[in-house]
Amino acid sequence: MTVLSARGVGKKYKRKWALSNCTLEIEAGHVTGLVGPNGAGKSTLLNIASGMLEPTTGTIEVCGGVPGSGPEQLAKVGYVAQNTPVYTALSVEEHLRFGAKLNPSWDDKLAQHRIERIGLDPKQAAGKLSGGQRAQLALTIGIAKRPELLLLDEPVAALDPLARREFLSDLMEAVAEHGLSVVMSSHLVADLERVCDHVVVLVDSQVRVAGDVEELLASHHRLSGPRRDVDTLPSDQQVISANHTNRQTTVFVRTEAPILDPAWTVGQPSLEDLVLEYMSNPVPTRPALEVLR
Amino acid sequence: MTWLTWRQFRIPALSVFAALAAIGVVLVISGMEMRGETNFSDQEFMYSVTLLVMYALPAVLGVFWGVPMVTRELEAGTHSLVWNQTVTRKQWLTTKLVVGVLTAMVAAGLLSLAVTWWTSPIDALADADPQATTTARMSPVVFDARGIAPIGYAAFAFVLGIAFGIALRRTVTAMAITLVAFVAVMVAVPFLVRPYILPPSEETVTVTDSNIWQIRGNENMDLDEIAVMEPAGSWALTNETVDRAGNTVSPLPASLHPCLPPLPGREAGVAAAPLDRLPDECIAQGFADLGYKQRLVYQPASHFWPLQWIELAFFLALSALVTWFCFRRIRHVS
Repeated sequence: MTVLSARGVGKKYKRKWALSNCTLEIEAGHVTGLVGPNGAGKSTLLNIASGMLEPTTGTIEVCGGVPGSGPEQLAKVGYVAQNTPVYTALSVEEHLRFGAKLNPSWDDKLAQHRIERIGLDPKQAAGKLSGGQRAQLALTIGIAKRPELLLLDEPVAALDPLARREFLSDLMEAVAEHGLSVVMSSHLVADLERVCDHVVVLVDSQVRVAGDVEELLASHHRLSGPRRDVDTLPSDQQVISANHTNRQTTVFVRTEAPILDPAWTVGQPSLEDLVLEYMSNPVPTRPALEVLR
Repeated sequence: MTWLTWRQFRIPALSVFAALAAIGVVLVISGMEMRGETNFSDQEFMYSVTLLVMYALPAVLGVFWGVPMVTRELEAGTHSLVWNQTVTRKQWLTTKLVVGVLTAMVAAGLLSLAVTWWTSPIDALADADPQATTTARMSPVVFDARGIAPIGYAAFAFVLGIAFGIALRRTVTAMAITLVAFVAVMVAVPFLVRPYILPPSEETVTVTDSNIWQIRGNENMDLDEIAVMEPAGSWALTNETVDRAGNTVSPLPASLHPCLPPLPGREAGVAAAPLDRLPDECIAQGFADLGYKQRLVYQPASHFWPLQWIELAFFLALSALVTWFCFRRIRHVS
């Protein structure tokens, strides 16, 4: 089941395309990380998915409906924008009241419990909260609304490492407890590694790679050995990048099959390595030749 | 949504109402003393203040209630918080507009009620005095500050503030543009709309030495045009000289020039015949000889309340138009 499906979605601002021809499927029941360099269109995509923005081209379906099309649709999708905006003049308590008044599906027990556990003073004005507390408050509103899908746009960008860790473990807990799907964007891959089981790498608004994190890690290898031509590699190995020195060749390949060539030293990449390889090589060095398999 | 709107709106709303309450108390105390009096020369300052406050209130409501109501959300990014609760933008905007417009109309209505009551003895005198053309209730300066029309101005100023807030997104810019646009409309309506809504009264009067009200000369002190006394409490649109055929005569012909005393310092030899009559008599005689009459077009005092209702309806219709624009525009705000 897909929770988000975009077909050829594009968004043009005046003369510049912030997102163009983006086609993407995100499965339900997962925490999906949306990674990509600045300007890849992550925020624009999330804004379109939440209904904040209208796409200029293409169609997008979120939880089976058009984003922002009505109250039923809004109830299904939660969205915490970049910089986690809250009403500075309203207290924490009033924010929960606001959530309760504006959402028929509001889970007040959950909200109260979370606020208590995070240690927020209900009487405090939201404008006086620290960045981390503010993010936690915004996340609480997002979760207590009990959406099917929660969209988070760089939720931890402004937080220090400790607050970031707390925020993410908190998010994980909520996901495990309520079984909601999450799509969160970030350019900090290390954070995503901790919480995401799916990842989508967006480069120039195109999906470079998407899938289950474990499967991706198992199918990508860094091979190093004596210098050789990339074309001599088995045809089922998709070469993501290749680097040559006078004597040595290092290639980053994707393949489902085991690496049999004894000349290679095989290294297992981390998720960060993998993402960076894809981000720094927007066009595959040599695509896999499927037909010859 | 109403709770949130009121929670955000209560401070600006209460500040304005506190100021209105203070003004109201002053007006009531002073107004009680004025009952039954006939000389209000010592009330001139208060009178000017009431006019000023009446003009300022709708603008203040548009600039300080309307504009920030949306721009504060757009600037702080909280619109993306509230629009992602189970509330559509339409509901969000509807609540803000209903709460804001109704409060603005109540504020303007209460102030206008107090001011209209306070000035009623002064207005009654002015309406009975044909010389008091600028203080009669029908005169544009006073009309805008009496009765029910200010309720319409307040509603219009408020939605104008919301509209510019949505379109421009920045508080200070939107405040400035709202003020300019509102003042422009307020200045344009008495000239371009109000005179023509109800058919004005028209009469052609014979000029006599007792009904000449103003005599205007050009820079050489030659007689240029005259105006006759207008009906008490009316708002004159035209006060012009016409010939037998009904054509406008402006400026007056040279044959009437000797009616004015010559400009001091002119060469003695050229001086006109010595004045044996008062200018008024001379002009009246000249008009009779030439067959000239004076044509008056005016909105009579009896049109005050019908025009007030029309003005209210007109501004509410303008507000509805602006509101329609707001709803169209809000769909594309991100």
